[in-house]
Amino acid sequence: MRDFKRISVRHLTKSFGEKTAVDDFSIEFGKEEFVTFLGPSGCGKSTALNCITGLIPITSGEIYIDDECIDDSRRSVPPEKREFGMVFQNYALFPHLTVRENVAFGLKLRRLPRAEVERRVGDALRLVHLESYASKFPAQMSGGEQQRVAIARCIVLEPRLLLLDEPLSNLDAKLRVELRYELKSLHERLKVTTVYVTHDQSEALALSDRIVVLKLGRIQQVGSPQAIFTDPANAFVADFVGYKNAWKGRIERLEEGGGSLKAAIRTDGALIEARLAYPAEDPRRAALATAFREGSPVTTAIRPEDIEAGERAGANVFRCVADLVEYQGHANQVSACIKGCEEARVDLRSAAPLAFGDCFEASVDPGKVLVFADRGGG
Amino acid sequence: MKGPPRNGALLLLIPAILFIVLLFVYPFGFGLVESLTKPNGSFTLDNFARFFGNAREVRTIPVTLGIAVPVTFLAVGLAVPLSYYMRRGIKGEKVITFFLIVPVTLGTVLISEGMLSFMGPNGWLNLLLLALHLVQKPVQFTHDYAGVAISVGLQGFPYSFLMLLGYVSGINPDLEKASQMLGANKWQTFWKVLFPLMVPGIAISFCLNFVMAFSVYPSAVLLGQPSGPQRVIALAAYQMAFEKFNFNAATAISMIMSAIELAVIAVVLLWRSKMYKGASIVGKG
Amino acid sequence: MVKRLKVSRLLFSAVIVAYVGIVLGIILTVVLNSVSKGWYSGLLPKTITGEWYKYAAGDHDIPQLIYVTFLVAIADVAVGILIAFPAAYALARTEFRGKALLLSLFLLPMIVPPMAYGIPLAILCYKVHLAGRVLGTVVVNLVPIVPFMILVLMPFIEQVGANLESAAKMLGARRGTIFRKILIPLTTPGILTAGILSLVKSISMFDLTYLIAGGSNQTIVVALFSDAYAAGARPPQAVDALAVIYFLIAMTCLLISLRFVSPTQMVFKVK
Repeated sequence: MRDFKRISVRHLTKSFGEKTAVDDFSIEFGKEEFVTFLGPSGCGKSTALNCITGLIPITSGEIYIDDECIDDSRRSVPPEKREFGMVFQNYALFPHLTVRENVAFGLKLRRLPRAEVERRVGDALRLVHLESYASKFPAQMSGGEQQRVAIARCIVLEPRLLLLDEPLSNLDAKLRVELRYELKSLHERLKVTTVYVTHDQSEALALSDRIVVLKLGRIQQVGSPQAIFTDPANAFVADFVGYKNAWKGRIERLEEGGGSLKAAIRTDGALIEARLAYPAEDPRRAALATAFREGSPVTTAIRPEDIEAGERAGANVFRCVADLVEYQGHANQVSACIKGCEEARVDLRSAAPLAFGDCFEASVDPGKVLVFADRGGG
Repeated sequence: MKGPPRNGALLLLIPAILFIVLLFVYPFGFGLVESLTKPNGSFTLDNFARFFGNAREVRTIPVTLGIAVPVTFLAVGLAVPLSYYMRRGIKGEKVITFFLIVPVTLGTVLISEGMLSFMGPNGWLNLLLLALHLVQKPVQFTHDYAGVAISVGLQGFPYSFLMLLGYVSGINPDLEKASQMLGANKWQTFWKVLFPLMVPGIAISFCLNFVMAFSVYPSAVLLGQPSGPQRVIALAAYQMAFEKFNFNAATAISMIMSAIELAVIAVVLLWRSKMYKGASIVGKG
Repeated sequence: MVKRLKVSRLLFSAVIVAYVGIVLGIILTVVLNSVSKGWYSGLLPKTITGEWYKYAAGDHDIPQLIYVTFLVAIADVAVGILIAFPAAYALARTEFRGKALLLSLFLLPMIVPPMAYGIPLAILCYKVHLAGRVLGTVVVNLVPIVPFMILVLMPFIEQVGANLESAAKMLGARRGTIFRKILIPLTTPGILTAGILSLVKSISMFDLTYLIAGGSNQTIVVALFSDAYAAGARPPQAVDALAVIYFLIAMTCLLISLRFVSPTQMVFKVK
């Protein structure tokens, strides 16, 4: 494997005729990083991945490995020469070859001596716990096993970049979690630079060093899982990582003081207080002043877990009526409406023993209310 | 998703079974008996002995094989790359496919007559070749092996093409991508991944084509030299039936044809099972 | 990368052009021959005449030939589908012991030359007074056609997942409805492919029709071959004329079927 320091994608754009699938996509991968492209169906994450592999030609932009340009939309290094590995959603194992032959496929192409091929294949199969399956055919194996073979087939070649296109989507829930652990531990052991594509935010949060959130071909936010989770950049990202309670309203009152910006927001259902705090050096502090004025249209976002049920004092207390209670084991997922205003929905998650029709008080700490400027249409 | 048959399903097979038994198995059995009988009705191996004892008759076997085998290889061999190239659809594929299957509508006589004119010494093809200075004098395309071969090949190719295109376009495209990512170029991807998965289709296509080619008769008569180098085995059978009126011997020759065809098919299927030990699923996850 | 693409495209185009060129060349020369007089050399015929068609018309009862050919072909395809489709359905959807054997039995008529069973079959037809009649021609030509249809239909039926039929059943559809509203529409490309390919095959099948030919049940291919073999007894242009008529019949059928199925849908797979 030829060594490298970083891979950079610069202003990658891919259009299919009139439709732009990926728009001005730029990112740099450091060595050993685990980066995830996260987004809903059709957001361009798979397309971006395929562009990086070289399997589809790019419309404009450049891809560099260190200083070597491997694709500038006019000339490109073909995929078979990039030394990248790819794991597909539907495994793409060669049905006419055994597991051993599948894993050895790339090694044989490099004309390595037989002994070395056998050794490396054995090591790879051991790594994915499939040594005893070496002589089986893909059709005789389960989905999870096939995917592990696919992974072994890639890593045996020690690729510079490992790309995985929704590799766990075709597996059942339990298997998904199991294989996720295996992928994480593989990454820790082998330290391969990895690009992972998924629509599942829990996968992204669990596996990544950095997450790139995409919507309709454009990057919405790039950051660590913590940053994405606690500090989503816009309403879309917030919704995608699990924030609910997106209430539209207008800022009624703004107060600055004590290092934070307090906003009172009038929505259909209630008056909500939010406290937006950024450390002094954070550039977003300055942006706040321009983004929010009295009268600005905004949308809130609150995690269901941050809304508490029961008697509370203080700001942001609402009287609600529960009209959907989902038992989830250690907590209930409750959907309620603000008493007197059917359209204002409150989604919370609480261990409180609520039932359908119960009246209760819900409250949320102003510091846990996210506010996003509404640029008309969200 | 297949299951064990329910009553209804087996009933559906009855018309076909009746049909085959009545109109094929029974006559074929009759034919087999005929081939082993003398005109007066007694059992004999004479019909076969006479064929194998006669040098001129026996020679029809290598002659016919010499036409059928290479032509089938060529027809299937042309269908493979063409269908590979068109596997993901190309511009104008409807028109191209249409023209590729047009020969099924022509019929042997038109092809023969057409080849005699078009590819004859004064025909357009030679005129073109002469005009382009590719040859010095007209090329002899007809009245011999080449003519028969082209005619037979042209009539069999459309079926091979349609079948192989069906096969190759059914192969999961991700397999090609995976192969590329593992370091294989297009050539290697074709031979190591696509071709093995096309083997079942190639095998069946070869068998069907071979059978059509081996029974060649009109092409040999109209384009070749049927009394000499292109005396094919079907011709021997016809002559026995309609010139010598020895139906027993004619049927015997047909049985020999059947045996040879079955033997070749067995060889092809053996090759296929050797090449394709793996699963029968063509890679759809 | 761009260069490599060009070479394979060039090669492909060259092969296609050569192929199409030969096919068109063959068709055109025969067509021109059939309407020309004394065209032995040179690029184009010097005179155009319809006399060869008149000759052929005088030689054969052309309308009768065309009528019989069409009748036989369409009847064969129709009856063939009625026999082959249920069989293909049963074979595609079920597994049972001896299935491979049964399938081989069904496919046998395609492998065995017509002569091996043709003469006894012809004798059988004579016995039941079918020989010399159009019905006889229909019956004997069915024998190679039904296996071919089964072969083509099976993968098309397999493609229509059995779960679609299960879903329809759950929605309350009876067998007949499932058949009419789901199975038939979805397998239409397969039926049409099997149909059109069998149609042109049936038009071209000579051996069996010849064996029971008599009076009025000749198809055009039998007349054509008889003419072609009697070399010298007829002017070649008259043979060409008849060949063109044959070709036009087959081509018409192909073109009509293309209204319902596109060439790219005719692609079939055999498991």
